[in-house]
Amino acid sequence: MKYIKEYRNKDLALRLAGTINNYISEYKGKIFLMEVCGTHTHSIFYSGIMNLLSDKIEHLSGPGCPVCVTPNEYIDTAIAYSRLPDIIITTFGDMIKVPGSTSSLEKEKASGGKVKIVYSPLESLEIAQRTPEKKVVFLGVGFETTAPLVASTILTASDEKIKNFFVLSGHKLIPPAMTALLENEEIKIDGFICPGHVSAIIGEEPYKPIATEYGIPSVIIGFEPLDLLEGIEMLIKQITVGEKPKVENQYRRVVRKRGNIKALSLINKVFEAKDSTWRGLELLPKSGLYIKARYSQFDAEKQISVNIEKTKFHSKCICGKVLTGAKKPYDCTLYGKLCTPENPIGPCMVSSEGTCAAYYKFNKQ
Amino acid sequence: MKRILLSHGSGGKATASLIKDLMLEKFGNSILNELADSAILESTGKQKLCFTTDSFVVNPLFFKGGDIATLAVNGTVNDLAVMGARPLYLSCSFILEEGLEWNMLDRITTSMANAARKAKIQIVTGDTKVVEKGNADKMYINTSGIGLLQKGLIISKEVIKEGDKIIINGEIGAHGLAVMSKRENFKTNIKSDCAPLWDIINNMLSVGGVKFMRDPTRGGVATVLCEIAENSNIGIKIKEESLPIHENVLSFSEILGLDPLYIANEGKVITVVDKDKAKPMLSNMKQNVLGKESAVIGEITKGNKGKVLLETVIGGERIIDRLTGDQLPRIC
Repeated sequence: MKYIKEYRNKDLALRLAGTINNYISEYKGKIFLMEVCGTHTHSIFYSGIMNLLSDKIEHLSGPGCPVCVTPNEYIDTAIAYSRLPDIIITTFGDMIKVPGSTSSLEKEKASGGKVKIVYSPLESLEIAQRTPEKKVVFLGVGFETTAPLVASTILTASDEKIKNFFVLSGHKLIPPAMTALLENEEIKIDGFICPGHVSAIIGEEPYKPIATEYGIPSVIIGFEPLDLLEGIEMLIKQITVGEKPKVENQYRRVVRKRGNIKALSLINKVFEAKDSTWRGLELLPKSGLYIKARYSQFDAEKQISVNIEKTKFHSKCICGKVLTGAKKPYDCTLYGKLCTPENPIGPCMVSSEGTCAAYYKFNKQ
Repeated sequence: MKRILLSHGSGGKATASLIKDLMLEKFGNSILNELADSAILESTGKQKLCFTTDSFVVNPLFFKGGDIATLAVNGTVNDLAVMGARPLYLSCSFILEEGLEWNMLDRITTSMANAARKAKIQIVTGDTKVVEKGNADKMYINTSGIGLLQKGLIISKEVIKEGDKIIINGEIGAHGLAVMSKRENFKTNIKSDCAPLWDIINNMLSVGGVKFMRDPTRGGVATVLCEIAENSNIGIKIKEESLPIHENVLSFSEILGLDPLYIANEGKVITVVDKDKAKPMLSNMKQNVLGKESAVIGEITKGNKGKVLLETVIGGERIIDRLTGDQLPRIC
């Protein structure tokens, strides 16, 4: 099946960009569009679409990078686990470089901590089965997209009666973060580029209040250049023509109105939503997924006690503000000087989805 | 305490700083300081010698399109070839883990002998050491190579100028993904491009106009382009649509969130060539079995000194920078 080059057609891209720029030519002032998905951050820079669009459109990156929104306490807990002799930490690659208060998993690995990068949570289960004398702790970080995979892994572990597999759940839910941003008066948002992958799971419904109650046009958009341009066209049309704000779905080839019902039921079976701390947004109600009591035997926090160091922050790091779009990476005094991808001080400089890393990599001053 | 991290071995910025801060600081001399793929040595004969070394620690030992032995031969042969040197002799040192199956070493040495024959070089000296079980991962190989620099040839970054074209001899990204597929048990049909480059390079040199050559191994095409731009203080512009990337490599990279521009190749050479020679060079390359998909991927520009700019398929732009560590798959 072909599915890449067709979505990168130059003629169509230029035509879409032309339409967007036409809509905006008469518009007074700037239009602030925010995406809340790390892959969007990356795709927008990677494809260079902003070069084609009027500079009246300002692109903001929201709290869409999973490792970036994960608070220091979580990283410190993972680091503390990695120092215990009978533990193997399994994690998606992005996490290992994220600095905690005084260390990172990458550094712990170099000093002898057992940290293994996996591509799927199921791999952790295999490791657990191969090493029954160890406790395998999977770092469950991510949004609605990764949660079903982790839920399904926990259910498999339960079915197969695996006793040495645990999850440190740091999963977060996107819609509560979006409404929290709209409550913040420091941040100006005219339209949301809703996350394609998250929406594939949750569908269109959860964004409705953003359009109807907060009056912010929201379009679910895919990740290829033509997806982004078509989606931005839909947003700009809503904003400039002054239509009643609504939720639209550009990414129809992937996202269904009601989402992925099977995945949602997996999440609901294993996890429950509780208040959760986000870097940059602090404690948000019902915004984190925690393992239900029924599966608490797989809950690392409940089963493995560990002493965690006192959380420390670099006083000058403004990742929190960058994550909410209130500041740009180059507003930070550390950016590009003390804080670089080789030596990241804040998490936004670590992941390729992180706003600071994307700005740095693609040389935005 | 500062420790060596895996990223120090990835060929990106961390490796560069390790080389600069430790190796050059302590070993520095006029030959080493060039930091070329091979050292150029004076000799009493009419031609200069080229000397290079490389260690191979790949896991798994076998993968589609090659194994640690073909890498150990071709890696070193190609480091000589891109300097414009005909590879002649190779050394070969094995570090073996206690308990390694005899058959495995038999397979590897057979493969190595075949690779050497294909590359038209002789393995003339070597060493073996065995370490206790657990102190090495099955087998590591080091090879050093000596080659003869071809007469009257000047390959130097100094002569690169505006308008020069950048050519590659075929599709990119296959090797790194072939190894990764085997290691992580992904079912793909991606095959390593591991091959000795001297034949195609020798033909290319006869066309003339070659100003610089390097094999984009660890760190991929992007890293080589960044090195050229930085070291020669010139700008480079490449066109995304002209990059030869096979559909299977493109799809697999997309799924994992990897960028083929940074993925290792083992049978590719990036060449900066005088613009007037670009056309005959391309047709010369296409006659070679390792050059059928050769393409001009970009050119040297006046502006953007020290930087590599990529024109995206849709006509946007992005800067290509060095990698800071290994490429890691993204979470979502």
